[in-house]
Amino acid sequence: MVDFAGWEMPVQYAGILAEHKAVREEAGVFDISHMGEFLVSGLRAEAWLDILLTNRVASLPVGQAQYSLMLNERGGVIDDLIVYRNGPEEFLLVVNASMIAEDAAWMLARVDEGVEFKNLSEDFAALAVQGPQAAAVFEKLFSRPMPAERNRVIEIGTPRAFVLTTGYTGEPGFEWIVPVAEAAAAWRSALDAGAKPCGLGARDTLRLEMCYPLNGSDLSPDRTPLEAGLGFFVDLEKQDFVGKSALVAQKSAGFPSRLVALKVTEKSPPIRPHYPVWANGEPVTETTSGALSPSLGCGIAMAYLPADLAKPGQEVEIEVRGRKFRACVHKKPFYHKKV
Amino acid sequence: MNVPENLRYAESHEWILVEGDTGTVGITDHAQAELTDIVFAEPPAVGKTVAAGEVAAVVESVKAASDIYSPVSGEVVERNPAVEQDPALLNTDPFGAGWIYKIRIANPAELDALKDPAAYRSQIG
Repeated sequence: MVDFAGWEMPVQYAGILAEHKAVREEAGVFDISHMGEFLVSGLRAEAWLDILLTNRVASLPVGQAQYSLMLNERGGVIDDLIVYRNGPEEFLLVVNASMIAEDAAWMLARVDEGVEFKNLSEDFAALAVQGPQAAAVFEKLFSRPMPAERNRVIEIGTPRAFVLTTGYTGEPGFEWIVPVAEAAAAWRSALDAGAKPCGLGARDTLRLEMCYPLNGSDLSPDRTPLEAGLGFFVDLEKQDFVGKSALVAQKSAGFPSRLVALKVTEKSPPIRPHYPVWANGEPVTETTSGALSPSLGCGIAMAYLPADLAKPGQEVEIEVRGRKFRACVHKKPFYHKKV
Repeated sequence: MNVPENLRYAESHEWILVEGDTGTVGITDHAQAELTDIVFAEPPAVGKTVAAGEVAAVVESVKAASDIYSPVSGEVVERNPAVEQDPALLNTDPFGAGWIYKIRIANPAELDALKDPAAYRSQIG
């Protein structure tokens, strides 16, 4: 067990490699109760979120979800999150565990008339069931087929619980947000339905193979989502949102750096965060995330490279305990699902 | 956990098999079970001199890198290339094919500071 934002979390159950494989080939279940849940409602909820978040909330239909970012005035990332639209005037936000307090304070300080903000993080637990067989687990649990589309929200049961076809692994699956009193039973029922228990370790290797950023590692208050390659989730056409002017200025001035995927091209130890990255004989940056990819069998990492080096094929070296290993900038993601 | 009777053990979970003035060093079954999924191993170079308690090798699991400390002082006389090729040998056969290096024991008295199987067994509970 390790401490993760104040939660005691298992790094692994059967072993990271076995759990990683279970999610890629069958179905795994993660306890993601550490994540935060906010409920935002009211007449002006949509307009308010559109000021605080980068993606366009107004274009989100009821029953659907979108990935979005909350920025500071400098355009740096406070948090990345998912917005689920439960109704015309009600939204569920799922945020990172380490950022619950800071996110809530930031949002509460800006609450406006016509907006109700509730931090329900203590009231809800959550599970993520992920993998090619997640749909079978879903059917056993809810006696109905899993929606084929990603980013769908279904509200079930009383008291309120939500099933969402989102995830952090690159596999099909769903996240199940339940009242805390029902968490243990939900976990057992997911195992009974065939999902294998998976820990934080596999969650990290799975998301890194997909180049999904981890806030606090790959995202930071000093980097914009455009530098992080998340422009798709930033709507610069929106009238205004916090951080927009900084992003517009950066876009016209040019990006100082870009978050790239690095693939090691020789046998190496596993790559880990904060390893130095060299290019043309100079140290240029450090890795923000790193792992030995269980699916690819080689070292993988992400790093903010100076923009002129941030192109696929660029050769770099990653330093591990004083030795340098050859790597190159790889087109994201590392892992492509076999079809 | 398997704790063979013919070995001596360091508190930091290495074992040493003594044959004459040569010791073969590896990590214990308990250590491999704790580390799980070893994906990288770097045995020391032949000719390298290490002191007892000094870092002699590195093994890495998916989750973390771990130093391997030499149970005794001496010169490395052989390294196991098989664990470099197939680090999982440390998991599957920690007391056999998963050995890491052989050392010429400089000071046999250091062996007395190591644990016998019963003492190591009680350490790991």
